Amino acid sequence: MENPENVIEVRNLQIDFHTYAGEVKAIRDVSFDLRKGETLAIVGESGSGKSVTTRSLMGLLAPNAVIKGGSIMFHGDDIIKKSEKEMQHIRGKDIAMIFQDPMTSLDPTMRIGMQIAEPLMKHKGLKKKEAISQALEMLKLVGITDPEARLNDYPYQFSGGMRQRIVIAIALVCYPEVLIADEPTTALDVTIQAQILDLMKDLQNRIDTSIIFITHDLGVVAGMADRVAVMYAGKIVEYGTVDEIFFNPQHPYTWGLLNSMPTLNTAGGSLRAIPGTPPDLLDPPVGDAFAARSDYAMKIDTEKEPPFFKVSDTHYAATWLLHPDAPKVTPPAEIVRRQKKFAEMQRPEPPIKNTTKE
Amino acid sequence: MRKYLLKRIFYLFLTLFIVATVTFFLMKLMPGTPLQNEAKLTASEKASILAQYGLDKPIWLQYLIYIGGIFKGSLGLSFQFSDQAVSYLIGSRMGPSMQLGGQAMVIGVVFGIILGAVGAIRKDTWADRLATILSILGIAVPSFVLAILLQYYLGLKMGWFPVAGWEGFAYTILPTLALAASPLAETARFIRTDMVDVLSSDYIELAKAKGLSKFGIVYHHALRNSLIPMVTLIGPLAAALMTGSMVVENIFSVPGIGEQFVKSILVNDYPTIMGVTIFYSALLCLLLLLTDIVYGIIDPRIRLSGNGD
Ligand SMILES: Nc1ncnc2c1ncn2[C@@H]1O[C@H](COP(=O)(O)OP(=O)(O)OP(=O)(O)O)[C@@H](O)[C@H]1O
Ligand SMILES: [Mg+2]
Repeated sequence: MENPENVIEVRNLQIDFHTYAGEVKAIRDVSFDLRKGETLAIVGESGSGKSVTTRSLMGLLAPNAVIKGGSIMFHGDDIIKKSEKEMQHIRGKDIAMIFQDPMTSLDPTMRIGMQIAEPLMKHKGLKKKEAISQALEMLKLVGITDPEARLNDYPYQFSGGMRQRIVIAIALVCYPEVLIADEPTTALDVTIQAQILDLMKDLQNRIDTSIIFITHDLGVVAGMADRVAVMYAGKIVEYGTVDEIFFNPQHPYTWGLLNSMPTLNTAGGSLRAIPGTPPDLLDPPVGDAFAARSDYAMKIDTEKEPPFFKVSDTHYAATWLLHPDAPKVTPPAEIVRRQKKFAEMQRPEPPIKNTTKE
Repeated sequence: MRKYLLKRIFYLFLTLFIVATVTFFLMKLMPGTPLQNEAKLTASEKASILAQYGLDKPIWLQYLIYIGGIFKGSLGLSFQFSDQAVSYLIGSRMGPSMQLGGQAMVIGVVFGIILGAVGAIRKDTWADRLATILSILGIAVPSFVLAILLQYYLGLKMGWFPVAGWEGFAYTILPTLALAASPLAETARFIRTDMVDVLSSDYIELAKAKGLSKFGIVYHHALRNSLIPMVTLIGPLAAALMTGSMVVENIFSVPGIGEQFVKSILVNDYPTIMGVTIFYSALLCLLLLLTDIVYGIIDPRIRLSGNGD
């Protein structure tokens, strides 16, 4: 481990998928750290590689995936080099995962008490009775009312929000160091979403776990994450603290994402999805993959891949706009206005470091 | 639940009534009479025998008499077996048929599940392909062909098993194998398709994420979920066994209901044909009803809408 504060260090990860059409270059040189106790959000449009990245941490890639290079260091070992048997001891114990759709992620034929108890029996060697009694504690913790009685219920007897609480109970029952939540609230309606997010934050404090939180909804990120990594076409294009990404974004793609984020003020219709579609990963473009969709693309963007430019100690962005020789550009007016409004709404003193004028 | 059951039982009897009616008239369309093989009899002798069995009456009257008999609990007397009651005949021949059917069902289902599960778990490998070929063969090869092949090679040529007859367990082996092929193949095919689906479902993903072993995932999650829909296969399998038994029992001279049924068709033994048909239908209907009840009990997703309905 390069930094003792890190739980996971991903370096130069490269993942391809074999398909009939050719090699899909899904993850193209991704590096990031996960710190102890933090919540790292990974945001990006559909297909940007969020799920593939995190599934590789669990050793749960599809059979047609090939890890072309890189390393995933966890406790000083490279997860990529571990056997399936070794991974089984990490999954559910040290690294756990919550999936998107709570309606389908529970086994419909097994009582939920048993489903929560399973990881304990597997990883802690508990007998069924002890495991069930710990499952009961977990049910209480995730806020299921009348937990004793509900231990023996089947999933169909619960609502979507309740099921996601149970899925969270399953994931956290072994007190994992890392929790991966792949769009855990996308399938839920808004009020339930907020409850589940609150629950996750609350449990994170109690259990002291690091969370990787995947979403394409930046609105959720603000209240949830400490740091944000923005992914596009199999790469991380910008990362920084939540404040840095929200108030001082540098990459045109991040601008686009923020621009398309619905708030009370934009709900009226000034919402702008980023025009165009992501590139074909069978044959990814040279240079900055976002250039084709960017209003700020320069000649060099189609010729040479931008390196990460340092914005602050914690904030980096891979865009040629940050090169000292690049012309100064003004981000979209929407972005600047949104940043100000967001700042007024969310924080008493917005930590805007940027001096860009509207 | 009770209301539902009562409704189902009512429909069961309605079905049986329709089956009896349709069979009755279909049978009357069959060529020949019960006396076609009795060349020695004179015309007046034939007429008196027909009159004795009520076969000289108009068909609608015969029908009413027959249905009336059923309501009184009688399936009539067999023509060919010296006037024994059909119900007694069925009862006395049920043993061998049930034994063969039961053995074939158990072997077929158990090995079918294994074959299907292996195919699903090892999807697109040689093991899967082999399992698929076996189950296609099992479905495509008619049971009489298989029965004759088994009888010829394992019975006659190798002499490992008795060729025909019914004098102990050894005599049941070849007919059981011949009968088991089709349920085995059906089960394997069903389980494979079903389990491939189940294995790609989200809750299996979650089971993997829990760190369960491959075996643990299949045993604790995939198998149970694939087996539940298999309950619906019980009816079709039983039906396949019934039809299969007619052929197989004849080839191996097993004194069962199937053998008797084929015989009675050949000699126009109307009461026996009717009786066995109704018996088979009743058995099948009961199995289907049982299937639904069992399905409702074991699958928490689809419990019959208990209180209301
Ligand atoms: N098994 C696979 N075979 C081929 N391509 C795959 C496979 N799995 C993922 N991909 C490709 O990898 C890329 C990244 O997919 P991934 O699922 O990580 O996207 P995502 O960012 O999670 O998107 P979403 O928001 O829709 O979940 C996509 O282009 C996808 O088509
Ligand atoms: Mg995804």
